[in-house]
Amino acid sequence: MSRAIGDVILDVTGLQIAVRGSGQKPGPVLVHDVSFTLRRGQVLGLIGESGAGKSTIGLAVLGYTRAGCAITGGTLLFEGRDIRTMSATETRDLRGKYIAYIAQSAAASFNPAHTLMQQVCEIPLRDGRYTQAEVRARAIELFRELDLPDPAHFGDRYPHQVSGGQLQRAMAAMAMAARPDILVFDEPTTALDVTTQVEVLASFRKLIREHGTAAIYITHDLAVVAQIADEIMVLRHGRMVEHASATDILQNPRQDYTRRLVADRAEGHPIVSAPDNTPLLDVSHAVASYSGLVRVIDDVSLSISRGDTLAVVGESGSGKSTLARVIIGLLPRESGDIRFEGKSLPPRLKHRTRDQLRRIQMIYQSPDIALNPNQTLLEIIGRPVAFYFNRSRSEVRTRVLELLRMMDLPESFIDRKPAALSGGQKQRVGIARALAAEPDLIICDEVTSALDQLVGEEILRLLAKLQADLDVAYLFITHDLGTVKRIANKVAVMLKGKLVAGGDTSVVFSPPLHPYTELLLSSVPEMRADWLDEVLARQDT
Amino acid sequence: MIRLTVLRLFLGLATLWAASVMIFAGTELLPGDLATAILQNSATPENVAELRKELGLDRPPLVRYAEWLGRAVQGNLGVSLSNQRDVVEELAPRLRNTLFLAALATLVAVPLAIGLGLLAAINQGSFFDRAVNLVTLLTISIPDYLVGYLLVKYFAVRLDWFPVLANVTPETPMGDRLWLTFLPTMTLVLVIVAHMMRMTRASVLSIMSSPYIEMAFLKGLSKTRVVIRHAFPNALAPIISVVALNLAYLVVGVVVVESVFVYPGLGQLMVDAVSKHDLPLVQACGLIFAGAFIVLNMIADIVGILSNPRLRNPR
Amino acid sequence: MRIFGHRPSWPAMIGLLIIAVFLIAAIAAPLLAPFPEADVVGDAWADADATYWMGLDNLGRDIFSRLLYGARMSIGLSLVITILSFTIGIITGFTAAIAKGWVDTLLSRLVDLILSMPTLIFAFVVLSVLGTDLPVLIVTLALLDSVKVFRLARALAMNIGALEYVEVAKVRGEGLWWIITREILPNAMAPLIAEFGLRFTFAFLFVAALSFLGLGVQPPAADWGSMVRDYRDVIALDLPAPLYPAGAIALLTIGVNFVVDWMLSIHARGFGERA
Repeated sequence: MSRAIGDVILDVTGLQIAVRGSGQKPGPVLVHDVSFTLRRGQVLGLIGESGAGKSTIGLAVLGYTRAGCAITGGTLLFEGRDIRTMSATETRDLRGKYIAYIAQSAAASFNPAHTLMQQVCEIPLRDGRYTQAEVRARAIELFRELDLPDPAHFGDRYPHQVSGGQLQRAMAAMAMAARPDILVFDEPTTALDVTTQVEVLASFRKLIREHGTAAIYITHDLAVVAQIADEIMVLRHGRMVEHASATDILQNPRQDYTRRLVADRAEGHPIVSAPDNTPLLDVSHAVASYSGLVRVIDDVSLSISRGDTLAVVGESGSGKSTLARVIIGLLPRESGDIRFEGKSLPPRLKHRTRDQLRRIQMIYQSPDIALNPNQTLLEIIGRPVAFYFNRSRSEVRTRVLELLRMMDLPESFIDRKPAALSGGQKQRVGIARALAAEPDLIICDEVTSALDQLVGEEILRLLAKLQADLDVAYLFITHDLGTVKRIANKVAVMLKGKLVAGGDTSVVFSPPLHPYTELLLSSVPEMRADWLDEVLARQDT
Repeated sequence: MIRLTVLRLFLGLATLWAASVMIFAGTELLPGDLATAILQNSATPENVAELRKELGLDRPPLVRYAEWLGRAVQGNLGVSLSNQRDVVEELAPRLRNTLFLAALATLVAVPLAIGLGLLAAINQGSFFDRAVNLVTLLTISIPDYLVGYLLVKYFAVRLDWFPVLANVTPETPMGDRLWLTFLPTMTLVLVIVAHMMRMTRASVLSIMSSPYIEMAFLKGLSKTRVVIRHAFPNALAPIISVVALNLAYLVVGVVVVESVFVYPGLGQLMVDAVSKHDLPLVQACGLIFAGAFIVLNMIADIVGILSNPRLRNPR
Repeated sequence: MRIFGHRPSWPAMIGLLIIAVFLIAAIAAPLLAPFPEADVVGDAWADADATYWMGLDNLGRDIFSRLLYGARMSIGLSLVITILSFTIGIITGFTAAIAKGWVDTLLSRLVDLILSMPTLIFAFVVLSVLGTDLPVLIVTLALLDSVKVFRLARALAMNIGALEYVEVAKVRGEGLWWIITREILPNAMAPLIAEFGLRFTFAFLFVAALSFLGLGVQPPAADWGSMVRDYRDVIALDLPAPLYPAGAIALLTIGVNFVVDWMLSIHARGFGERA
């Protein structure tokens, strides 16, 4: 990093943010005693899992707290003036002009009623320092810098008329329009596909470096922040865990928590042992479409054997989840065949036998909506036992307790409802429900993407252990290629409903690569600071 | 967008037509028929059959519907059974009175409701907001006639500022007319302001909690600018539909209020017609009320379509 | 006290209290009323005193006693209408959501059509022809009201039916009955109960308005709406008589609305979560 880093511009000491209590009682504290400084041209990464308080800190820098919260302690000095003691007018002047914000969801953060240009120009035009023409010219210049298509006319469009990645960059243009001193990025690439994320991340970094703007970059993804930040602060439950240079955090993490965040990506698990060759599920030339019009699964063939883990990867809209629905029978295939142990499965769910249904189970992305909030764990996990095996009440209870133990969940949970459980615990209940049917194949649809990184890792470990014990096969749907390499022995890469590559992971992911596989693989952020540079260099050649 | 607007217009016309079918069917095809209704107690099988023939009721319903609709479109709504007068002549002065009352109430209620609703939404959670919320919840629970009688009790009987009855005639001069209709107007205003205000508040609040409003605040814009420039354009369509919905309610609420104040409007006329089984008159009043209701709803939808930026600027 | 795992707000408590008092009054009217409903016990429009708590009416009957008996008619009638409209609305709504396809399209378009027309006017038209027998009144209002229940029931069944736990049950091979009664209905209960309150107030006010206009409950049966109508003329004499039944109507509606308002606000926060 050979950039000029200047004077201290923001000095935060002992920041405390709490939910406003009722009456005498103070509310829960969201951020405890957080201190940091930011110098001109410097980028500070704030990283942590959900509930770490990172966004709350980012907003506090703009003198803003969400409804019901308040800054209850510490100082936030911007060029020596405390943001906390500023008047409403001073805070307004600060926002946008000196410190600007870039939100996670650009699609929701742009006003649908105005053009992009109107919104980008709003801050610089606010106090009449610049003329309309100057501001427009500058906005078009920013659009060009951010590699937006047709920069001269890009601003004439409305938010719903441009793509997600473009909108996220337009938001950066809006933030830069008044040449602020500090940019606050709040998970700006989280909602994007990996390949888009690389482009947007590169644009952001170029923008910050060329203008020498200081920035606070908030994310849950250590690999992403490593590409852009000089310093990284790790947060957990509203407290600072570790604060060091980006290189130190990645290479010499001192705290145990940081070490786990770094290690879980870097280590990797052994490839699942090669299975015997009797195909359990065999999909051949499957075709499916929505209402007979849009073909969403187009001639897809793959096969899974007992003990296999087949990962189906692709970006949003690639048809990977639809494929699961076709296998399950929720979306009937139009042509092609799906055989289970050599026997063809009827296309429609309702034509399948109870035993056919039992042998393929599914685990979902969001445990919140996959578990009936009105049922206890006994009812949720016990129902498949009673339904498929016709067991008595006491047998069902014994079996549920056994399954809870397998999931490392306390037996006392049996009479609780899902609302009393954490996200990771709910996902374990989802797994227990699938196992209760004693299936041969479990379809895992993005099972870790709604969970925090460390919790997700534990779920993956649990799944691997269960596979070793029970010899089930997994069809693992995911957009996260990092996971695939570690857990799957077979992989299928999908793009727009078609299979672009498939086979043993070691073969598919080794040269010669299919161009799309290569693009996907290279887009997965890696936990080293020079990854983005390498990707960009490779793309240029 | 033009396609959608035209489609909605067409749908509105279709609904109007369907309403005419239902009104006709309701009055002519249901078991108790016109002839029996006219003769009431003196109905014997013979004279009913005779009257049916006289009225043309023995012909197929489809033919009669076509004739009725054809005449209605040309402005001929038939003859009243109770006094043999032309229905249109009977209706016209009554309709004018009702429109006068409704327009007056609208003029007062709409600005008041939108203003209060916006204020409550902007100061969400404040004492003002909570007080207004409670008062309006009380008001929407109170039936129109209780509001009316309470106003009569205090402003007409105790204070004697206004008359108890709003018996206007076509000759009543404008000043007197306003004075006579003051209490009925206030009753209608009180009833619809509460509804309209609650709905305005809810739709503005749902917009004020959207991320682009937070973004506007984070851009350092003042509250006034955020509300006027960022919230209002998006709140316009829901507010207009709130207004139209309440005006449609007004059309119906007017029936009860006219009855309280014995105001010679369309609502009173319809109630009388219903109790006298004067079917041509009921049909005509029903058509007018249904028409007003449907047209108002249609206008609300079309404004919603026209003010939607996504539809105005397609991809 | 907790309902759906939430403590009622204080207006909701007041609302529950009002509802309880009115229900008791309706059920126990013969026990509570000091005089029979139709007995002439004194002079017309006698003032209120310790014996006649609200005074006597146009024929010299005790207003308080008539109010208690009127509660049976007013509340009972509205309850019957609401229960009937819920039965129709939920069955058709769930059918539309589950059957999908042309059944759904047909029912939904029909409901859209009815909703785009003024209900009161149609009630008028029907009543003017069929007369105002109670069964006619009940069926007419229940049918007109059931279209709103249909909308809610259909939307709930659609939204909940799209959740993954329902998909899990379908994929497991569960039958329709299980899916409706075990997966969908328990999670739709809270909004349905709130809607029941709303529909009840609607039916209640509607019946009262019709009676007030002289088109609803016919003499000699008494309900609060027709009591307001019977007593309306003395408002000019500054007598409070019409305000008692009208006030009773308002009070019960306020009570139900307080409870509904609170139920809707906890629903907005999400059921199943501990607030």
